[in-house]
Amino acid sequence: MADTLLSQQDKFRRRDRAKQFLDRIAPVLLSLGVFVGVAAVTSLLFTVITTGWSRLSWNLIFAYPSANPQTAGMRSAFLGSFWTVSLSALVSIPLGIASALYLTEWSSHRRLRRFLEFNMANLAGVPSIIFGLVGLSILTYGLGLGRSIIAGAFTLGIMTLPLVTVSAAEAIKSVPEALKHGAYALGATKLQVTRHIILPRSLPMMMTGAILAISRAIGEAAPILVISGLLFIRTDPTSIFDRFTVMPLQIFNWVSRPQPAFQELSSAAIIVLLALLMMFNAAAIAIRYRYQRRVML
Amino acid sequence: MKNQKKGVTTSLVVGVVAALAVGLVVGLLTGPSLLGVGTETVTVTVGGTGGGVQTVTQTVTVTVGTQTPVQLAGNIEVDGSSTVYPLTEAAAEEFMNIHKGVTISIGISGTGGGFKRFVIGETDINDASRPILKAEAETAAKNGVEWIEVPVAIDALVVVVHPSNNWVDCITISELREIWKPDSTVKLWSDVRPEWPNQPIKLYGAGPDSGTFDYFTERVVGKSKASRTDYVASEDDNVLVAGVESDPLSLGYFGFAYFAEAKDRTKVLKVRDDLAGGECVEPSDETASTFTYPLSRPLFIYVNKKSWDTKPHLREFVIYYVENGAKFAKKVAYTPFPDHYYRKAAALLRAGITEGLYELTTLKNKNAGPH
Repeated sequence: MADTLLSQQDKFRRRDRAKQFLDRIAPVLLSLGVFVGVAAVTSLLFTVITTGWSRLSWNLIFAYPSANPQTAGMRSAFLGSFWTVSLSALVSIPLGIASALYLTEWSSHRRLRRFLEFNMANLAGVPSIIFGLVGLSILTYGLGLGRSIIAGAFTLGIMTLPLVTVSAAEAIKSVPEALKHGAYALGATKLQVTRHIILPRSLPMMMTGAILAISRAIGEAAPILVISGLLFIRTDPTSIFDRFTVMPLQIFNWVSRPQPAFQELSSAAIIVLLALLMMFNAAAIAIRYRYQRRVML
Repeated sequence: MKNQKKGVTTSLVVGVVAALAVGLVVGLLTGPSLLGVGTETVTVTVGGTGGGVQTVTQTVTVTVGTQTPVQLAGNIEVDGSSTVYPLTEAAAEEFMNIHKGVTISIGISGTGGGFKRFVIGETDINDASRPILKAEAETAAKNGVEWIEVPVAIDALVVVVHPSNNWVDCITISELREIWKPDSTVKLWSDVRPEWPNQPIKLYGAGPDSGTFDYFTERVVGKSKASRTDYVASEDDNVLVAGVESDPLSLGYFGFAYFAEAKDRTKVLKVRDDLAGGECVEPSDETASTFTYPLSRPLFIYVNKKSWDTKPHLREFVIYYVENGAKFAKKVAYTPFPDHYYRKAAALLRAGITEGLYELTTLKNKNAGPH
């Protein structure tokens, strides 16, 4: 009898020790995840910067593409990326926030809402080339927009819409119910609650979704290859109906050239792409910061 | 004091104007001879490849060389192969530097993707790393699109191994076929030739979306797109170079231009076309341009006939491209055709004769592959 009790106790103690051990190694395992991520990004950045730094010059942004790596630049690609990504953000962010508001606050059909939310989440995983093909058939040929900036921007905008919608919906759900109820109790209309309570509170978190959307749009080559297909162009875009090319296409082409000089150029172009990406994201972060402070006050 | 300054300025202006005038006259007198204006007589045989086809022989005498630049303006829309892209980019860049009013845009949708647009008349020129397919030609005919086929350069494929490999120097087409055919049973080097090491053979080759893959399978295996699949495949030849140089048991194939940059890191093999009773031939600009090296493929541009007829700036661009073809090919590390081809082809195009250009390139050898 005493024997079994003792062994039972022993068992508990052993289990306890196992738990403590797990507790101790958990942070090691978790930090391993961080380590792998950071190491991958660092080695990537290191390779890109060491090979591309010497090729970094204003020429890269101001000169048109050329067969001579000494004078080649990516002016058309830089401007094309800037135009399409800015326009796509103008499409995806308002539309994404609007649909998130509808899904979380306005729609009264619970099952329809579930269905739409489920589909939105799935849409985020569709390969980008599919969006390119859909954009080609609907925007370029169907609506007759041609292989223009606006067709590319809409495609990227629709492609990144789920990212914005899903994160905006999460942001809206995080607004405390009590605040909304308080406003309703004071006689505020739904639009007023949305405008004065929900949006200011959730905007900082929504901006995170916007950053994800922009980051994805700026790095996409596949849908643009389908819609524009263009690489060599020596005129600057002056309207949204002009032809265009983007930086990922230029980088992809330079990487696959046999001459090492072009590969260095592609690394330099990656640095420019990352800089532009940080610029876009800094804008989103600035907006987030401003609203966060305003809400706190 | 002021007057004196004015005098100096005036005499300066006069001097400059006089110098300009003298320069202009001298330039006008010597220019034509420097630019190589002369006559070129070309005899072309069209359609005389087999036996039954009727043979037409044409002789043209035209003036070649750069004519006085005319004011040209307009758009030229090019799409197609990313292999041909660097060549067309070089040509377009220089042409646009001369003719500021001409806008040329070049896409990289791939040979097939470009032909899809070309056969419905959407583009003026298609860059192609293989001849137009029957199905594409039929669609073009249905849409009333006629074309001019212009060979522009050669992209030879090299077969390479690791530099430490000391057992192979020359490989035959039928051995390559045994290695690369679908469901090939070759797993070890000794499966190819018994005297080679009893060790696994590691294969690196073009990915199925590239024109290189289409050409290699058609030329070596005998059927386009028929290949074994258990090898390291990439559309980017730089990946293949990196693979071959890091693996002592490797064998791979890729474009000659990539080998030119990796001469010290890989070992190139001679290739013998045993089916045609050939010798072991080392790939070089010379053997590739005469098609004596068995894996030489021609690169083309396809020009929309209607654009050719209606757009003078496009005609001028195509002729400029062909006239300076050798220079552009060298610039982007491709192999040019022999010089006489570019001269004759440009002369024919100037005379408005747009057929039989391909036959000009293959007069010496029939190794150029299927057409």
